[in-house]
Amino acid sequence: MEEKSAKTDWEPRIVGFVCNWCTYAGADLAGTSRLKYPPNVRLIRLPCTGAIDPLFIVKAFQSGADAVLVSGCHPNDCHYTSGNYHARRKLTVFKDLLEFTGLDPKRFWMSWISASEGQKFASFMEEIVTETKKLGPLKGYNN
Amino acid sequence: MANIGVFVCWCGSNIAQTVDVVAVAKAASEFKDVVYSVDYKYMCSSPGQNMMIDAIKQHNLDGVVIASCSPRMHESTFRSAAVLAGFNPYMVEMANLREHCSWVHDNREEATKKAIELVRMIVAKVARNAPLNKIYVPVTKRALVIGGGIAGIQAALDIANGGVEVIMVEKEPSIGGHMSQLDETFPTLDCSQCILTPRMVEVATHKNITLYAYSEVDSVEGFVGNFKVKIKRKAKCVIEELCTGCGLCTQKCPVGKKGEVMNEFEVGMAPRPAIYIPFPQAVPNIPVIDRENCTYFKTGKCGVCAKVCVAKAIDFNQKDEIVEEEVGAIIVATGYDLYPKDSYGEYGYGKFKDVISGLEFERMVSASGPTKGKVLRPSNGKPPKNVVFIKCVGSRDEKHGISYCSKICCMYTAKHAMLLHHKCPGAKAYIFYMDIRATGKGYEEFVKRAMEEEGAVYIRGRVSRIYKRKDHLVVVGADTLTGKPVEVEADLVVLATAIIAKDGADKLAQILKISYDTHNFYNEAHPKLRPVETNTAGIFLAGCCQAPKDIPDSVSQGSAAASKALALFSKKELEREPLISRVNEEFCVGCLACQPVCPYNAIEEKEIRDRKGNLIKKVAHINEGLCMGCGACAVTCRSGCIILEGFTNNQIFEQINTFENLISKFEPTPEETVAKK
Repeated sequence: MEEKSAKTDWEPRIVGFVCNWCTYAGADLAGTSRLKYPPNVRLIRLPCTGAIDPLFIVKAFQSGADAVLVSGCHPNDCHYTSGNYHARRKLTVFKDLLEFTGLDPKRFWMSWISASEGQKFASFMEEIVTETKKLGPLKGYNN
Repeated sequence: MANIGVFVCWCGSNIAQTVDVVAVAKAASEFKDVVYSVDYKYMCSSPGQNMMIDAIKQHNLDGVVIASCSPRMHESTFRSAAVLAGFNPYMVEMANLREHCSWVHDNREEATKKAIELVRMIVAKVARNAPLNKIYVPVTKRALVIGGGIAGIQAALDIANGGVEVIMVEKEPSIGGHMSQLDETFPTLDCSQCILTPRMVEVATHKNITLYAYSEVDSVEGFVGNFKVKIKRKAKCVIEELCTGCGLCTQKCPVGKKGEVMNEFEVGMAPRPAIYIPFPQAVPNIPVIDRENCTYFKTGKCGVCAKVCVAKAIDFNQKDEIVEEEVGAIIVATGYDLYPKDSYGEYGYGKFKDVISGLEFERMVSASGPTKGKVLRPSNGKPPKNVVFIKCVGSRDEKHGISYCSKICCMYTAKHAMLLHHKCPGAKAYIFYMDIRATGKGYEEFVKRAMEEEGAVYIRGRVSRIYKRKDHLVVVGADTLTGKPVEVEADLVVLATAIIAKDGADKLAQILKISYDTHNFYNEAHPKLRPVETNTAGIFLAGCCQAPKDIPDSVSQGSAAASKALALFSKKELEREPLISRVNEEFCVGCLACQPVCPYNAIEEKEIRDRKGNLIKKVAHINEGLCMGCGACAVTCRSGCIILEGFTNNQIFEQINTFENLISKFEPTPEETVAKK
């Protein structure tokens, strides 16, 4: 299906949908702590993971993302009480659907990163980039 | 279409050292809709802000992108500056080139490329931004305090002293709560009643406080600043305006003489008549008729109280009454209950008369209590010699009871041991404990005093059972420090029963639409940073309804909740961010799938009628006062008719779309790269 790319100068393109209160702030903390991570990720800020429409993720893949991540507050810590629970349920089902459409579910990442977990954010980005590099570029999803 | 200005900040060298800011500004100038693009050393400085303001006017901008630090840092700075320029602040967005780019990457080329893309994403978003206006909600400057314990009293007095009207609702005939039942308080051993009753009187006499005792909250509607509350005033069958509080009726009432009705205030240790004042210092000092136990209400005969009342204040025909009040803020201070008495069969509570609860002991040592302050064995009325105190009865016991620590038992047990030694010379206190948690100011010293100066015997271990041997109770336990079994022959056993949520706490939470945890304690909005707010704007918490607390903590929380309410009342109108969900009523089919996902109960059904009043359709309606803008409803909406202002689908899709364009414009497609190799 998807061939593994050999050593190329190809860099994966990663889109992240993150909540404003935890993961976006966690990414800010990674910045203030001057932690380094690969520059492949583009974050899109939303108030809450509960506000992430699964269509955003599909659209991101269609627009050339090789991996998409969703990250928000830890369960029970949602700024809006229950948004991350809605996201968790919805996106778990959605992940199965992604597989059904022929997309490797390894390209879709979910995580909970709090505002105090700058280190976790940085290592999460490392992990996604490394793993996506192993998968190679995503083909045939945008036509 | 749009005229967007891009302002790229150097942030001194913070951004400029890893990102080629000049190149970013140049690249941005070529983006669609961008008519002006510039870089500057410090955008957040006053000249930087003025530069933005001037450019808005000069280039007739209708959108602004500040490419600098995190929007969590300076979004409000630039939005406020935009307001000064007469520009809609919600047309200003920020691209995060510092925290998310220059500080986390080393490679200048890659960082610059990323920065350009980040700016491009935000430019695409701003092109779809709509000017928004702040939402203003009027505020009713009155507060409702539910619960007249020490936390509620403190909150009510603080608000009333701040010049705002307060309505206090108390379920019982008198305010005072559990604190009024206590004798002396730790760690100072000052008399509870002596410090509490002046405050109770102050509540009753304060010109800004309306007290509804013997009343309950029936329903709450509305939202922050605009609550409509229905309060059920239970029939006292005593006309308050006429009653002088002489108490003659309570003395003459024939009920209770044989102990058929027990006084709740005395924790069932003393009888009370059917018409009663719970305790001598009650506020208001007006009796109520307990209609369930009154002979007149049961048989239609008696009426002794009415006959003896000189003031003619008895009115058997009084009915429960609903009063409506409008308030702007609500403080919930409903307090706690104690763990059910009969839960620990092995401790023999209810079976052995000499096994009592901590609160019963408290009433016993109280000078105004059923034994007039003497510690006596309930079985034979003689003073005890050996008294065993068992801590953590229910607390920290997931199997039997509850998982949490009740927080105050360690301290009050130490206090009880002291009081026993003071009031019952010759008696000896044995305390079975799991751990000693004495974390307040002067608390550790207090426990030490109980051990060292007062000679209370602390035994670390749990009690397995209590049985009767002749006239005594044998307490069987284990000393986990020596690893040996222990037996104490006791005359009296006092159980430090756990604090649990007030009976009916869940129902009140549903009325108030606030959340509660698995133990029915109310949830605070943030465990650390917003400890007295609930997730429902305008509703605050104080005291043990949130979690077990001692008196100092309850009082501080009462004051904190009051300050939150006063802050709310400090303005004529509440200003709210317009970044909330909106329904397109034309497309809404009224399925209301959005309703259950809303954590704030902000979505209600709205009927759309024509001029003649015929119902056209029902749609979802989002209450501006309640919506916090989480966006859960927007995603749930099946017909896609709910949008989240500031984060509309259009805006997000435009952001994502920029990648598609970038692939063709800035770099070879992955296929090309592979092919090249």
